[in-house]
Amino acid sequence: MLDSVIFYFFAGIAIVSAVLMITRRNAIHSAIFLITTLLATAGIFLQLRAEFLFISQIILFVGGIMVLFIFVIILVRLDVPLPQVRWRTQKWIALLVTLAVGMEAGVVLWFARKIPGQGLIFPNPAPADKLHPNTEELARSLFGSYLLPFEIASVLLLVAMVGAVVMAKKRIDA
Amino acid sequence: MSPMLHSILAFVQAWWVELLCALLIVLVVPLIAVYIALVERKFMADVQARPDSTRVGPHSLLQQIPDALKLLFKEDLIPANADQFIFWFAPVLSMTAALTSMGAVAFGPWFQVARDINLGLLFAVGVSALRPLGIILGGWASNNHYPIIGALRSTAQLISYETTAGFALVSGFLLAGTLNVRAIVEIQRTDQAWFVFLAPVGFFIYLIASIVETNREPFDLPETKSELVAGSIAEYGGFRWLLYFLAEYANRIVVASVGTTLFLGGWLRPFPNVRWLIWLDAAPTLLLAAVGAYCVFRAGKQPAREQSLFMWAVALACFVVAAIFALAAPFGHLPFELMHNGLYGAFWLLLKVSAYIYIFTWLRFTLPRFRFDQLMRLGWHILIPLALINVVDVGIALALSSEFGLNRWLSMVITTVATLGAAMLLLHWNDKYADAASAGLLADSSVVEGTHAG
Amino acid sequence: MPIGHYLFLSLALFLIGAIGVITRRNVLIVLMSIELILNAVNINLVAFSRYFGDVAGQVFALFIIAAAAAEAAVGLGIIIAFLRNRETVLADEMDLLKW
Repeated sequence: MLDSVIFYFFAGIAIVSAVLMITRRNAIHSAIFLITTLLATAGIFLQLRAEFLFISQIILFVGGIMVLFIFVIILVRLDVPLPQVRWRTQKWIALLVTLAVGMEAGVVLWFARKIPGQGLIFPNPAPADKLHPNTEELARSLFGSYLLPFEIASVLLLVAMVGAVVMAKKRIDA
Repeated sequence: MSPMLHSILAFVQAWWVELLCALLIVLVVPLIAVYIALVERKFMADVQARPDSTRVGPHSLLQQIPDALKLLFKEDLIPANADQFIFWFAPVLSMTAALTSMGAVAFGPWFQVARDINLGLLFAVGVSALRPLGIILGGWASNNHYPIIGALRSTAQLISYETTAGFALVSGFLLAGTLNVRAIVEIQRTDQAWFVFLAPVGFFIYLIASIVETNREPFDLPETKSELVAGSIAEYGGFRWLLYFLAEYANRIVVASVGTTLFLGGWLRPFPNVRWLIWLDAAPTLLLAAVGAYCVFRAGKQPAREQSLFMWAVALACFVVAAIFALAAPFGHLPFELMHNGLYGAFWLLLKVSAYIYIFTWLRFTLPRFRFDQLMRLGWHILIPLALINVVDVGIALALSSEFGLNRWLSMVITTVATLGAAMLLLHWNDKYADAASAGLLADSSVVEGTHAG
Repeated sequence: MPIGHYLFLSLALFLIGAIGVITRRNVLIVLMSIELILNAVNINLVAFSRYFGDVAGQVFALFIIAAAAAEAAVGLGIIIAFLRNRETVLADEMDLLKW
């Protein structure tokens, strides 16, 4: 029962913040609502007993990526609200297509709940107190079976760092 | 309604310790924070060889309470073009992040909000990643260029040293093998060595990084009065400033507690396993009784009668607490866990945290301020490579002691010497680079030019 | 807590992010909506990881967070470089490659 309450609380915050995020005119307001969405997602990770992902989400996404976004918005002065533009036809079509995709997936999920033997079969989750410590399991898996993707991810981050520095560097014209 | 009430009551019954600790944190930490400010003032007066105020209360012990009340009654000004919502929200975010990370801090084996979570210290470190957000949003919301510059400087400083602090802590986590706070302190007890003796370089890197992380002198360029009025909090007054102030001091307590728990043995008394030093367990009682006796001694010398009475009251409080400690003595046979483990553990932890904060205060009034590019150079060129080398060395030491059977202390000493050698090499290279940069020989000294305010 | 709830939440966040990507002109908000999409996928992965007891879902989610960080950094670098040349952040006006 407590699980459900926590899930609905965080899910509600996530969806409301996400909708607010895509409708704000001011970029910093959007960034703040994205921060609340990310924190709510972290809460859902915690509710799913994924503790290390919870803290990684807060450190990396909120404390890293969003600080970077806000930094860029402030430094490049993009927080000035842009002139509002009338909705054009293209946007209505986009909304329609998105809703169609959504309804399709939603219908599949909805009807697959109850068909025994068909649709998606899910075992019940393990009770929470019989789980191994999450960090240790994750570490065992990350440095064991998934060592190669781990190393590739470090190379990816190095490439991204070099790329970001090169792209953003001011070119001193001769 | 009744099943809902039942489930709420069941929740409170199962979690009453945590809720009590959370309530204590929210109520007591602001009080502790203002009294740390008082200690700083006294220390500042001592270092600057001048007498401090003795007006409000004996030795001005009650000074902070009128100060805090004054802040509550100040006029609440919001700049005209400031973003109203974020102006309100930023100090709240700072305070929330500071108090939430206090939740993972264990003031003794019993007083902890997030008890026995496997994340433990990483939770405190992680939630403190929300610190730069409160500062940068506060600076931006003020719609004034001084706060924005201060906020950007502060954020750059904080995110640079988060990595440093993280790596320094990782060397401690390697020694402990776990992130659980209780397990870390238990391992320090069974190994009979605080981790500061096994990984001293890690501790000192964390000490420096924690000073930077809390925007403290000598690294307080983002909030200096001579450069940036008050940095990112220039437009905040009254209660909003009080929130930022409390958040800053609560952050200091948090980083001090994290460093103490991981490196200085947490809530253990010195030499917890040595039998003939068990008389050290009487230290809390004796110390408090001595403080009470000193208050009685000074009570007669106060100029005014109210101050004299206040000193008597403080002395009485000290004696009462000393009596509680004496009753809860471990060589008595009280089964109540709160008294034995909780109180003594809390005492030793708070003593060590106070020593850590005392070092902060000492450095604050002794060292001149770092210039911003010097700060960045220290972080990226010296401390992060050193912290990485330290992690590798601690790993090598652990492998040497577990795989090759070398004595643990010997392997730690060898790798510490190697790390210190690497540190000296880094400093040597950095000196050459810094000389070249300040002599204008490097083409990309735009950072130096840009922040060279004078 | 049936897993369908998590899948619906993930779907909803994904669609909101997709709407944000398609309908907003400000390129920064488009980038933020992409981060939202990545988050929705993360919720999906972690929910499945919990329900099947396999930690691989969480490992994958961790890599997605790392990739999101890398992509955000490079994306913002590109925006800054573009802004320096063209002085605009509106996606409509970034039409150099249009015929």
